[in-house]
Amino acid sequence: MTMSSIDQAPLVRARNVHKSFHHVEVLKGIDLDVKAGEVVVVLGPSGSGKSTFLRCINRLETIDKGSIFVDGGQIGYQLKNDKLQPLSNRAIAAQRSRIGMVFQQFNLYPHMTVLQNVIEAPIGVHGRNRDEAIAEARELLAKVGMSHKVSAYPRQLSGGQQQRVAIARALAIRPTLMLFDEPTSALDPELVGEVLTTMRSLADQGLTMIVVTHEIGFAREAADRVVFMDGGRVVEEGPPEAVLENPQHPRTRSFLSRFI
Amino acid sequence: MNTLSAPAMEKGARMDADLYDVARAHRPFRPGRLLLWVVVLAVAANFAYIVANNPNFGWPVVATYFFDPTVIRGLYVTLGLTVVAMAIGVALGLLLAIARMSRDRLASSISGLFIWFFRGTPLLVQLIFWYNLSTLFPEISIGIPFGPTFASWNTNDLISPVTAAIVGLALNEAAYMAEIIRGGLLSVDKGQSETAEAFGMTRARALRRIIIPQAMRSIVPPTGNQLISMIKATSLVSVIAMADLLYSVQSIYNRTFEVMPMLLVAVLWYLLITSILNVGQGAIERHYNRGERDAAVRKDDAAEKAVQQEDAR
Repeated sequence: MTMSSIDQAPLVRARNVHKSFHHVEVLKGIDLDVKAGEVVVVLGPSGSGKSTFLRCINRLETIDKGSIFVDGGQIGYQLKNDKLQPLSNRAIAAQRSRIGMVFQQFNLYPHMTVLQNVIEAPIGVHGRNRDEAIAEARELLAKVGMSHKVSAYPRQLSGGQQQRVAIARALAIRPTLMLFDEPTSALDPELVGEVLTTMRSLADQGLTMIVVTHEIGFAREAADRVVFMDGGRVVEEGPPEAVLENPQHPRTRSFLSRFI
Repeated sequence: MNTLSAPAMEKGARMDADLYDVARAHRPFRPGRLLLWVVVLAVAANFAYIVANNPNFGWPVVATYFFDPTVIRGLYVTLGLTVVAMAIGVALGLLLAIARMSRDRLASSISGLFIWFFRGTPLLVQLIFWYNLSTLFPEISIGIPFGPTFASWNTNDLISPVTAAIVGLALNEAAYMAEIIRGGLLSVDKGQSETAEAFGMTRARALRRIIIPQAMRSIVPPTGNQLISMIKATSLVSVIAMADLLYSVQSIYNRTFEVMPMLLVAVLWYLLITSILNVGQGAIERHYNRGERDAAVRKDDAAEKAVQQEDAR
């Protein structure tokens, strides 16, 4: 136990992250560490900057100030003779290749079947053998309960089914980190459960996950830590029972009161 | 009014549900519609009869010259120019579209300038310009700007009527195709390129695998238009002494004075080619429509076969 704090560097380390869109500051100095195997749920009202912060982690958004490290490498930059330089597009693509992402609008490739969606990155980005990739994709699709739809096209599926395929697609790149950007917000209420169940089983298997969501129930059951954001800052963080049952900050309290 | 709009059920009519089952509904027979068909068909048949029997059309002459070697050579020139100019036009247009949309200011400015010039000047002028390039630049050379030259050629040796025709048609086509392709790329949901990026795809791979296949749905129909107008635009090359289809029939009727029959030969060939292209376009559109809600599921891909094999076991 004495050694663990030294040799266990966090998988994700964000320091003083600032981001503005057209002079509107959306992130005002975010600090966050996520350890390997940890499930962090980010809560907060709309416009609190939680989705923007998530998108900064795999550099779908650039940041104006601060730094983000994933798995020891700085996202988007490298130090050369003490000078910080932006990475090439190719190097950034390589950094992203082990970060899985699940989007609010699923974003499956509509011109490809379910199976083709899942094997696209493993074959095209990671250079995996095609037969191997197909076999693994089938296992993953079985895991999310979508075995029966391998040759369907995304538009032939319900929202919940599409999102489960999207999760399988993200898992297929063997991610060290999974980002979920409001994965259930675009779903009909009766379809939310099937996606959350899939996500909960991933959390139980020890996958490192950062989940931006409005699902308080998921935070309570699956999170190791809850981060509450408001106005571009982290207002409160801690284990779910502390933040959700006994919030300290007035903003957290007023936000959570709406869910009771 | 009241009697018309009142629901039938309220008027004490039969209430059984089967009576109102829409499955048994069918359109009433409309005699006016049948009459219209008869009239239109009669007029069309009569017109066809008149055309076929009018000696001024010179159908026997049309038949004689339809496969005339001169005509066929002209046809080959037209088809060859169309295929080559269109292929170069599409390839260059794709590069221009990507350059135009890139964040690189240099690339997008050069592309914008190219499109501005080649769309903004008449094709006929461009063809004459390329053909007479030697009057502007008697020599073409490669070297360092304002510095020494490494190699140079006589312009007249480089620019034959064929090269002038291909360069003129292709560069003009590229400018139009660039805008068509750019429109297609813009029509793809932004979330798609974002997803490809998030999965670590390079920009080139994302374009090739994710964006372009989806953009094709809106690129193909206007490209079909472009191809068909290109076939006819090739007739402009007669001004620089290229013997295309139209030029060939003209050279014959200048000799025989059978103007109308010879023009009919050209018109029938143009229509024939266009019809074949329409069929091809339909097939290409169906291919890129896969994955649409109402599209038939494609049976030929590997995934499908794999599933069928699995099911067979």
